[in-house]
Amino acid sequence: MSEIKEKEPLFSAKNRKLLTVPLGRENPITVQVLGICSALAITVKLEPSVVMALSVVFVLAVSNVVISILRKMIPPRIRIITQLIVIASLVIIVDQVLKAFVYDVSKQLSVFVGLIITNCIIMGRLEAFGMANKPWPSFLDGIGNGIGYGFILVIVGFFRELLGSGTLWNYQLIPQFIYDMGYKNNGFVILPPMALIVVGILVWMQRTRDRVLIEDN
Amino acid sequence: MQDLFNIFIKAIFIENMIFAYFLGMCSYLAVSRTVKTSMGLGVAVVFVLGITVPVDYLINKYLLLPGALSWLSPSFADVDLSFLSFIIFIAVIASMVQLVEMVIEKVSPTLYTSLGIFLPLIAVNCAILGGSLFMQEREYATITEATVFGLGSGVGWLLAIVAIAAIREKIRYSNVPEPLRGLGITYIITGLMGIAFMSFMGIKL
Repeated sequence: MSEIKEKEPLFSAKNRKLLTVPLGRENPITVQVLGICSALAITVKLEPSVVMALSVVFVLAVSNVVISILRKMIPPRIRIITQLIVIASLVIIVDQVLKAFVYDVSKQLSVFVGLIITNCIIMGRLEAFGMANKPWPSFLDGIGNGIGYGFILVIVGFFRELLGSGTLWNYQLIPQFIYDMGYKNNGFVILPPMALIVVGILVWMQRTRDRVLIEDN
Repeated sequence: MQDLFNIFIKAIFIENMIFAYFLGMCSYLAVSRTVKTSMGLGVAVVFVLGITVPVDYLINKYLLLPGALSWLSPSFADVDLSFLSFIIFIAVIASMVQLVEMVIEKVSPTLYTSLGIFLPLIAVNCAILGGSLFMQEREYATITEATVFGLGSGVGWLLAIVAIAAIREKIRYSNVPEPLRGLGITYIITGLMGIAFMSFMGIKL
């Protein structure tokens, strides 16, 4: 980029903010309401949640950079198609890599890997940030938002796996003697509706702490 | 006939796009403030799903599946293009949405202005791509089945968004805890509705 006049340090205060704000006040899932579609269905266990989170971080960061590099060449009328094609190509890469190395997880995620394409976080960030900023801040923005998204996914996956199956990362965590004392796995938490309720509770907790975010119905 | 009816009912109630798979949640949460706009968006979604699923079905069957190209020449029998399905499906969806947009603008400008930004948003509605991907995964036998599945999923989505919009219109008059207002309570109500819809799972079709 030729228009850089002064050298900005790579991790200036402004750039650090790009990384941290999406974790809290601008969280994609609980505040911006983006990317919920594929987030909830795969949080039954921790492992697919982490894999999904990593895939989204990758696709989001790389596509943000690519769009940011191309931003002056893309005619505004066809920008959505261009963005979708960039995203779709990256998702194909992720899908093939997952199929090659972690086939079981890729089977569990089923159509939801493909649905990263229509994950609104990615389109949303490309529109809101990638189209208007230089590659390096776009990269940080992509990473930050990806982590903010993954963070919620991992929390939800953690609680649902622990309460629903008594395991974490397929490793038995709740010892047998507790079961012998009469404890039972809460099968209800594994069912889809509970993901929504868990996220609802997270939203509730976040807004209790940070009252700026409270909305009026 | 019986089969088609089963697929339709299953897509609406038992495998509802919103309550069983969370597809199209973003627009579901963002647009469900009033019944009127949700109805408009819902109808558009039914329409786009009803077109794209059969189109993608044909593309999948005659272009992408392993050996699908053998109608062209027997030497293509071992070509497998299925890795291209994401990019082709999304291209079909984006162009269909564009087409629908142009048709609505010509035929009914009032509907066009009332839908506004929500029309192009359909292109990134996961329910639409999800419909095509589920169609591919479940290997429906004929194009009629695929069409019925597409329409059924659309109607299920419409039902869900109109229902939540109606609830949200009423909930304005109740005293929800402040931090839970808006997004939080909508999530929880959707969860409860999902539990209600799970009772349909017992139906064997």
